Amino acid sequence: MKRPFDLLPLLALAGFITASSASAEPVSLELLIRDHHFIPEELTVPAGVKVKLTITNEDATPEEFESRSLKREKIIPGKRQVVLSIGPLDPGIHEFFGEFHEATAKGRLIVQ
Amino acid sequence: MLATGLIVFREVLEAALIISIVMAASRGVQGRGAWIGTGLLAGLFLSCVVAFFAGHLATAAAGVGQDLFNAIVLLSAVFLLGWHNVWMQQHGRELAREMRQLGLAVVSGSRPLYALATVVGLAVLREGSELVLFLYGVLSSGEGTGDLLLGGLMGLAVGISTGFALYLGLLRIPHHRLFAVTSGLILFLAAGLSAQAAASLVQADLIPSLGRAVWDTSSLLPEDSLFGRLLHILVGYVAQPDGIQILFYLITLSVIFIMMQVCRLNPSELKGKA
Repeated sequence: MKRPFDLLPLLALAGFITASSASAEPVSLELLIRDHHFIPEELTVPAGVKVKLTITNEDATPEEFESRSLKREKIIPGKRQVVLSIGPLDPGIHEFFGEFHEATAKGRLIVQ
Repeated sequence: MLATGLIVFREVLEAALIISIVMAASRGVQGRGAWIGTGLLAGLFLSCVVAFFAGHLATAAAGVGQDLFNAIVLLSAVFLLGWHNVWMQQHGRELAREMRQLGLAVVSGSRPLYALATVVGLAVLREGSELVLFLYGVLSSGEGTGDLLLGGLMGLAVGISTGFALYLGLLRIPHHRLFAVTSGLILFLAAGLSAQAAASLVQADLIPSLGRAVWDTSSLLPEDSLFGRLLHILVGYVAQPDGIQILFYLITLSVIFIMMQVCRLNPSELKGKA
């Protein structure tokens, strides 16, 4: 009995989706994972724009991209490529890391 | 070793807390152990299956397959938890009577144990598949199997103990109030899971965020602190919520709550419909 109610926000927001993706042109960025390091370790994006981040894991082992301030966490299995959406963001610096290899996999996203 | 333990603990904690609430909610019901155990085992098995196909899942739907999958798992759990609460409101009176007659010890009757068992399976599946992937990654890179085993067992033990502590705490609640308390816990749990599903869908860019970090309490109570994490799981605490997360949270909370009230007021009419 609850299901139709639960789907309502999703349906209602379907209209927003087209509107929000059409309003600002998203910026595409690439991030590599190699030997448990991010390449590059520093990414720069403009403020106020949605960012489409494509992460390619060249390692054989899985990694989890995680950023607390960006509120993003996503597993990238070995030898795979995933996409995640960030922002639009205010100017500032966001740290990110690979949860499965926290000692080496570190990077930051600079929004300006 | 400590890093491994910490990751295992984080992944285990959510499932452990959900299982303890479900165990408390089904207290005194015959056959609950078998149902919930089956849910747990099914969740573990499916975790391995999902981890095995993780590569395909990750690249599915143009790179957002995993987020989509997480959202579906979470929203299914939300639906089942809501269903359980509504059912309990409809049948609460009969159950209370039955419990009095049987001296509060054993409740027969067909409580929606399948719903709770499925919730347990989904909770295990969500974090379990990530855990299997992680452990597989560490094992295949050969970074000290002994450390991994010890760290993993430590994380597992601490996670399960936390769930057990919550369960013991819930058992101290008097019988006549237990349903009310567990229904309340399940209500907030469902709302929190719904907000998590919203975050997954935002990450996949399938729904708009409707405002990023509507408020920021991360300096007051960081979400990755132990207490922040517990609150995150139990009542859906988010230090920097998106607008859409708040919307999902409030809609889920009010829909389940209203349904519970409606079903309590009009049990005979609703039963006729069902």
